[in-house]
Amino acid sequence: MKLTLRVWRQQGPEDKGSMVEYKIDGISADASFLEMLDVLNEKLIADGADPIAFDHDCREGICGMCSLVINGTPHGPERATTTCQLHMRKFKDGEVIDVEPWRAKAFPVVKDLVVDRSAFDRIIQSGGYISAATGTAPEAHSTPVPKPDADAAFEAAECIGCGACVAACPNGSAALFLGAKVTHLGLMPQGQPERWDRVVGMLDTHDDEGFGGCTNTGECTIACPKGIPLDVIGRLNHDYLRATVGGKKK
Amino acid sequence: MAVTGGILVLFLLMHMIGNLKIFLGAEDFNHYAHWLRTVGEPAVPRRTVLTVTEIVLGLAVVLHIWSAVSLGRRAHEARPVKYQAKKKSHAQGYAIHTMRYGGVTILLYIIWHLLDLTFFVVNPKGGDATPYERMVADFDPSRWFITVWYVVAILLVGLHLHHGVWSAFQTLGLRTPRSERALRGLAVAVAAVVTAGFISVPVSITAGWVS
Repeated sequence: MKLTLRVWRQQGPEDKGSMVEYKIDGISADASFLEMLDVLNEKLIADGADPIAFDHDCREGICGMCSLVINGTPHGPERATTTCQLHMRKFKDGEVIDVEPWRAKAFPVVKDLVVDRSAFDRIIQSGGYISAATGTAPEAHSTPVPKPDADAAFEAAECIGCGACVAACPNGSAALFLGAKVTHLGLMPQGQPERWDRVVGMLDTHDDEGFGGCTNTGECTIACPKGIPLDVIGRLNHDYLRATVGGKKK
Repeated sequence: MAVTGGILVLFLLMHMIGNLKIFLGAEDFNHYAHWLRTVGEPAVPRRTVLTVTEIVLGLAVVLHIWSAVSLGRRAHEARPVKYQAKKKSHAQGYAIHTMRYGGVTILLYIIWHLLDLTFFVVNPKGGDATPYERMVADFDPSRWFITVWYVVAILLVGLHLHHGVWSAFQTLGLRTPRSERALRGLAVAVAAVVTAGFISVPVSITAGWVS
């Protein structure tokens, strides 16, 4: 395949950055998007140029590291798929492809396509955990969980924290990420002790980090490579109102 | 947005039912307009209920706009560097994309509407005429552009409600997977009824079905 790439190049956090065009030929249609970038980078290195920096780790669609906005869509055109699992056969031969980093104030660009997502870590630190007894693993049946709750919690727990929801949101909100965590832990018996502190703490940190407010546009759930449903935002709002207006948070 | 929007939707439904009285004739319509001022008497003085309603509505509008502006400002600050690629939307719904500029248009319309049928500044008949006469003169066939303006504004209100009603339930944490279809249906129904109900009045006058 022959392709024209327009890639965001930015030397460092302070650099202004711009789109740079690259022509590339001989790409296999079965290559993944990241493998295609690897080929381009090998060429750049051979030419003595600076290779394009991009995040990646497992390349199995489960780690949440890859993070490219491809032609204006986070993780590219294929639904429920991370960039690493996206293949070049989804593009036309000769296509011009724009590649950009996540755009959000809370996700500052480190270099080229790499952004700093530690804002998500700080949100997790402010409530995305449970207090559990340490020691040997407890017997699995000692705490019964209703099957529908377990299924809904698992669906939310699929969130890999990649940040595509923020990248897709016209408001730059991380409500889907918040909702996934609040739903995942809030539905389980183990998550009850911190349930009300969690939702308030995580939402406050979310706002302090500079993420925008949710207006229920629904772009996030479509961009989400794990298909986290909008229901989790409903549950987030429900728990937040019960914690604050409902006086549940002590 | 959800709470103030809810107040405004309830008002719109009452307002629409009142407007439809025009199809029952001049006497019914004028009587209804008069009743709005005397409702609550003799328990409370004349115009008490109406004034309280006006204050609540005014506050709701101001707070609704304030919420929208703060959300817009936060959104602007949350993404200081924009995407270079053309913005792509995948979420269903034309209505969502009309919320902001549609809301501004609706605000301009409300100002015109108050100047027209509350303060009579831009109405062809003045304060001496009956409410029915003012309506008929306002949407006279020769003033078709006024009717078009009203219809456009009401269509935007309908789009606003299409997203807004559903969104309000989501914001208040009342939307669940089980109620999703019912709430989508409710939003479409409210939007359709309000739009059709409001549009029917000016269009009927311009078309000469009400005179």
